[in-house]
Amino acid sequence: MPLATKEEIQILEKTAQELRRDTLDLIYKTKSPHIGCSLSMIELLTALYFRILRINSESPRDENRDRFLLSKGHGVPALYPFLAKKGFIKKEIFDGYAQDGGTLEQHPTRNIDLGIEITSGSLGHGLSIGSGMALAGKHDKKDYRVFVYLGDGELQEGSNWEAAMFASHHKLDNLVAIIDHNKLQAMQRIEEVLDLNPLADKWRAFGWETKEVNGHDLNEIVSVMNKIPFKKGKPSCVIAHTVKGKGISFMENEPRWHDRCPDENEYQQALNELKGLC
Amino acid sequence: MRKIFFQTLAEEFKKDKSIFMLFADLGVKFFYDLKKIDPERVIDVGVAEANMIDVASGLAMSGKNVYCYSIIPFLIDRALDQIRVDIAYNNLNIKLLGAGGGVVYGLEGVTHHSVNDIAIMRSLPNMTVVAPGDVKEAIALAKASIGFPGPLYVRFGRDCEPEVHREEIDFKTGKGIVVNKGKDICLIATGSTMLSAAIEVADRLSKEGKNPTLVSMHTIKPLDRELIFDLAKDHSQIITLEDHNVIGGLGSAVSEVLLEGGYKGAFRRIGIPDTFSEHVGRPDYLMEKLGLDSKTIYDKLYFLDKLKNHDL
Repeated sequence: MPLATKEEIQILEKTAQELRRDTLDLIYKTKSPHIGCSLSMIELLTALYFRILRINSESPRDENRDRFLLSKGHGVPALYPFLAKKGFIKKEIFDGYAQDGGTLEQHPTRNIDLGIEITSGSLGHGLSIGSGMALAGKHDKKDYRVFVYLGDGELQEGSNWEAAMFASHHKLDNLVAIIDHNKLQAMQRIEEVLDLNPLADKWRAFGWETKEVNGHDLNEIVSVMNKIPFKKGKPSCVIAHTVKGKGISFMENEPRWHDRCPDENEYQQALNELKGLC
Repeated sequence: MRKIFFQTLAEEFKKDKSIFMLFADLGVKFFYDLKKIDPERVIDVGVAEANMIDVASGLAMSGKNVYCYSIIPFLIDRALDQIRVDIAYNNLNIKLLGAGGGVVYGLEGVTHHSVNDIAIMRSLPNMTVVAPGDVKEAIALAKASIGFPGPLYVRFGRDCEPEVHREEIDFKTGKGIVVNKGKDICLIATGSTMLSAAIEVADRLSKEGKNPTLVSMHTIKPLDRELIFDLAKDHSQIITLEDHNVIGGLGSAVSEVLLEGGYKGAFRRIGIPDTFSEHVGRPDYLMEKLGLDSKTIYDKLYFLDKLKNHDL
């Protein structure tokens, strides 16, 4: 993938803001939780879905497709709008999100045709599943890549570190861990609950080629993800420094927005903040 | 029994390149033959069972036919969340091979015993639960497992059991095997450890002129309801035998069918009486202490017979 031009980055930034608004709308309309942890994902998902992932909604079961695994399942209100925008999720299914009789829940269930590769919601599963997919890809000599999107709080689950050992032992350079490092877990600051630092050193010690990026700077994200795999024979880790609630001033870095849904006034205020940017 | 299971599997492993075998540090000796055939498809994941289950899930999602092996508490209890969400809910093509049902790991202690696995596994939607009763059943199960569509849990009992089935068997998952068709008393056993105890009990009863029916109920889920309804018609006593907690295992499953079917005879569950082993010993010793050796089972039947005739 060639480097993105300035104009292309500007288009991506506009797309990101549209999808940020779609995410806000989806959560507000359905009175759903998890807005904070969804908003920290927007630029990373924009880079992945509009620049990096080799996927096509016309052939969702293509054996050679890149796999995107959302391990932090609670962030799915950000993912569904991307899948809708890319043509995987049709309007009537999208509109049934979090409704009685609908298809889409507040944590995703595996549905390949809708572009949902794994069931998640119970944390600490994605990296192991991704390792299995990457291993199958190596075995079958296919060139797809597996991107696993993890929350930082999720890394407190020990199974991630089992998977981290496994992936480097088996030299899975077709596997990428993306850490959404927004420094907050459900209701508290990570460093106050169970500190992860030094996070990059941990991944390097586990044998992963690791890079850190500003998770809201599309130019930086795209240029780093273009270099995957960072090193032949090693899995890649992208630690993306993000802000929970990003883009809506009163939600940024505020733990209560993990599961709080905006009321009408807050929604209007949020819309006004985003309006100038879309 | 495990040895013959893996030998049988090796034949298929050679032909079918989609089969992967994963294990977690334990049972290395069983996998030498498979490794000789194709080391890339035999993976020791190390002491990391949760990761094993989800690596298996990722492989299965990529079209592979995956087997996972370990000692039951580590395979099942340790990695239950991964089994529940990724294998059972997603209905993946994965076979879980568990060693040491009941107290087969005797002296190794309670950490290695398994008295609750049937209850756990049969309560998972989409999961099939099978405990092969002898070598013939293990061979047939190994073959059947290859094309089995969906999650399968295999509970291995003791390895050195005599062949219970003298004739060729018609093995189908979900269908119990009538080892001997008699009358009045019906013994339903699951797994090799209990089936071999059951056959000793049945032989002893036969010598007394009784003719007990003996059933190998290798598949606990889905349970062979038709067979149980048939047995209920011409047996006044039905007894289940399992080296598992009486809560939630074979006895619970059979009792649900009998009660819903309006069974009027005497029914008893013989199994582990809701306890961890409180003794130290080899399997035979522990089975005796738990009341699951053939002599104690026989005595319990006699007591049941008395109850039936005189007290109920």
